[in-house]
Amino acid sequence: MNNFDIRATINDVPHRASVEPRLSLLDFLRDDIGLGGTHMGCEHGVCGACSVLLDGVPIRACLMLAVQADGCRITTVEGLCNDDGTPGLLQDAFIEAHGMQCGYCTPGMLISAQALLAENDEPTLAEIKDAIGGNLCRCTGYVQIIESIQLAARRLREAAR
Amino acid sequence: MKFEPARNLHYVAQKRRVREDLRFVTGGAKFVQDIALPGTQHAAVLPSPYPRARILSIDAAAAEALDGVQLVLTGAQLATDCNPIRLGLKLPEIRWYPLAVDMTRYVGEWVAIVVADDAYIAEDALDLIEVDYEPLEAVVDPEEAFAETERFVHPDHGSNVLYHGNFLWGPVEDDFAAADGSLGLRTRWGRSATVPIETFGVLASWNRGTEILDVWASIQMPNFVELLAATLGYPLNSIRLHQDVDVGGSYGVKRGIKQSVLAGYLSRRLGNPVRLIEDRLWNMAGGDAHGPDRIFDTEVAFNNDGVIRSIKIRALDDAGAYPGRAPFQLAKPISALVGPYRINSVKYEAISVCTNKTGQVPVRGFGQAPTNYMIEMAVDAVARHLGLDRLEVRRRNLIQSHEFPYQIPPGSEYDSGDYQTVLQKGLDLAGYDQLLARRDKARAAGRLAGIGIATNLEPGGGNNIFEYLMDPGAEITTFMEGCEVRVDPQGNITGIMGTTTSGQGHETMFATILGEELGVDPDDIRIVHGDSLSALPTRSPIASRMAIMLGSAAAGAAGKIKDRALAIAAHNLDREVEDLEYSSGTISDRNDPSRKMTWEEICFIAYRAYHKLPDGMEPGFQAQFIYQVPGGGKLPDDDGRVGIYPCFSFQAHIPYVEIDPGTGRVSVLDYAIAHDCGTVINPDIVRGMVIGGLAHGIGAALYEKFCYDDEGQFLSATFADYLMPSVHEIPDVRDVEHCTPSPLTSHGQKGSGEGGYLGAPAAIASAVNDALAPLGVTIHELPMRMHDLEALINEANSK
Repeated sequence: MNNFDIRATINDVPHRASVEPRLSLLDFLRDDIGLGGTHMGCEHGVCGACSVLLDGVPIRACLMLAVQADGCRITTVEGLCNDDGTPGLLQDAFIEAHGMQCGYCTPGMLISAQALLAENDEPTLAEIKDAIGGNLCRCTGYVQIIESIQLAARRLREAAR
Repeated sequence: MKFEPARNLHYVAQKRRVREDLRFVTGGAKFVQDIALPGTQHAAVLPSPYPRARILSIDAAAAEALDGVQLVLTGAQLATDCNPIRLGLKLPEIRWYPLAVDMTRYVGEWVAIVVADDAYIAEDALDLIEVDYEPLEAVVDPEEAFAETERFVHPDHGSNVLYHGNFLWGPVEDDFAAADGSLGLRTRWGRSATVPIETFGVLASWNRGTEILDVWASIQMPNFVELLAATLGYPLNSIRLHQDVDVGGSYGVKRGIKQSVLAGYLSRRLGNPVRLIEDRLWNMAGGDAHGPDRIFDTEVAFNNDGVIRSIKIRALDDAGAYPGRAPFQLAKPISALVGPYRINSVKYEAISVCTNKTGQVPVRGFGQAPTNYMIEMAVDAVARHLGLDRLEVRRRNLIQSHEFPYQIPPGSEYDSGDYQTVLQKGLDLAGYDQLLARRDKARAAGRLAGIGIATNLEPGGGNNIFEYLMDPGAEITTFMEGCEVRVDPQGNITGIMGTTTSGQGHETMFATILGEELGVDPDDIRIVHGDSLSALPTRSPIASRMAIMLGSAAAGAAGKIKDRALAIAAHNLDREVEDLEYSSGTISDRNDPSRKMTWEEICFIAYRAYHKLPDGMEPGFQAQFIYQVPGGGKLPDDDGRVGIYPCFSFQAHIPYVEIDPGTGRVSVLDYAIAHDCGTVINPDIVRGMVIGGLAHGIGAALYEKFCYDDEGQFLSATFADYLMPSVHEIPDVRDVEHCTPSPLTSHGQKGSGEGGYLGAPAAIASAVNDALAPLGVTIHELPMRMHDLEALINEANSK
């Protein structure tokens, strides 16, 4: 198979790569770029563990090919950290409210929450549920995840004041 | 060992951050897929499309010829090089190999495995393998499997029965004869499981130079290394399981023994690391991760005032094709077989059968959730039969707070509890009177509305003696947990645990207890996971046991550290140990606080100043502690009574549901839960597990089922078919804690990882039946899916 050359900006860093046309965006991010935070859960687009932001919009990296991301801006969970590698505001809220247990779905949850809060720093409960409605979590029953997002929204509003 | 009651707590039971969370939110965790070794090759498996078929031939020539493919292995080849995987019960004619040999026994069973340079090529090669099958009629229905005399899942075994036992504790027939009445009830628990978002994965690497097989696996299993070694035929100490792998959820099912045998075998054979990461389809159909599938026939004897006298239980469990430890999931519930109720006697018939379905593994609670569902449905049935209030019937039967420790007929001794108070706390939190008004208003408006009431026990920290109840050859009377605490020459403290963790926050729990006991901020304590060759014995985080077992071991090791520090100080201060006081590392004379030694001084002496150590003391500064299960170490008495678990947590669940009468869709609109696991080590962790378990239980009650058709074809291989609750299906749960400390553990803690799941299915079923009550129908089969309820409602309305 002929490889394709692609360019993508991943967590604000420009990358060029030569990829097989059938390589999934998920495997590209994990294996080629070395960003292991994005996880494989179901590979059929249901669980949301592989969510990343593509030009600011959450998508399933398991359902997209790396070549389709040519020219795009991608944010993974690693990209939500502060520049010094410490947890960003949303990540810190998830720690504070313990919005996780095993941590496997957490990157996808954070990506979905990030997309929500980027547009709306005062989300209702229903809006939060809609935002993470496509992310399955087996550990938490979602309650502490919702509380984490609510805490992050509160802190965002306080920071904006 | 005896512990002093917890007092003046600084870190235990305080709101503190969970240390594991930092790596999970930043993408810095190390799940098995994140571990990269140079030269790693990738495996893919070929599943059987048939539930039962003879394998006539396998032609892998085209697959092996594909560029990048290293090897195609079939079951017939593998079986000449490894032993069958040891089963829990001694069933020598049932030979379980990682790949099917001669015959496939369920849809999804792995028939061949490919190893290739990358995972894409390995999957390409699967398409090139030609298998010639001769399909046979499958054994699907468990009752038929039990009665079957010719068609056997394992023909050499000569039967489909894996276990059939009868237990009697107390004067059952006398109690039935003396009771005012009795009733019978059939309940059915559907085949579901825990279905972690991370599938099972393993990376194995045989090192020719050290002759050690290094294994990284998303594992949660007590005897994993022993089974792996026995199957591969290696000495136990030639396998090194790395326990510092983050496990992406398990709740019991991450056993992965056949997967790891394959990876280990192939790595040694090929001389390269081999990685096998299940994809979702392999996992759902062939990952051997299904849970109990159980039919209960229950008879209850009661008085007209609702007091239950005795109970007879017949449980028939469908273990699937390869039993593993599945039959023991009928034995563990003996530890709380009468629930939280004062029931004088119990008869228990337990039957485990095999069918042509995926094998059953331990699922959260190890059989306790189905059993609790059955008990609670029986209590509701008694109330319904007598026209009494469900709540009142429970209050009349619950064990009273002054009766602890309370021994139930099968022998377990409930350590402590205050069931009435916890139930009342749940009712208060639910706003029970308002909830009744809400239900009645909804009903008046023509809606189907119901309130659930269920309580449950959560046995924690088991000693494994249930195995002996099924197999008197298994004289296993401990289920220990060890830890080591090291103080380095700088005085820093490191705790070493010996097991993986899969979301339960063990590192936080361990550090919190060490910090509490040593008077050190837990955030300054390092926690690491030793590997299976370097760590002390562990029995892994099953059975709601880590707070009980590792927590108490941590307290024990901390005590030894303090003793050592005190002995060094006494020797150097020329005082008796009794004259000295330990406070956050500093040791001082009670009568003359100016006479003291600092932590730094003690550490220096321990590592550098042998001449200042007490006579006979080894240099260095560390302590090991291996904790035995409280009350364990005994075989059953002459009446077959034995304590199986030491600690019993308790919960009361009060959900409110409405059912759409047109579609049968159940909406869980409110959920209150009161929870008592004794002393809570970390409130956020416990709350998360309680609510998460409850959500898992809602899934088992309403949505989740591994379905097979009548021919044994598997119908639930994807998340589009096996429905796990999303955030939209889980209500805004409200929770309240109560604390009845256990007298048996270091700080009064009990288990908390399973309870939500043990109670929620019963509570939701209770609510659904309450909602259906005006129609005069009941449902006693889980999951209660939309179309089942729609049919039931239509049938009731058409009468």
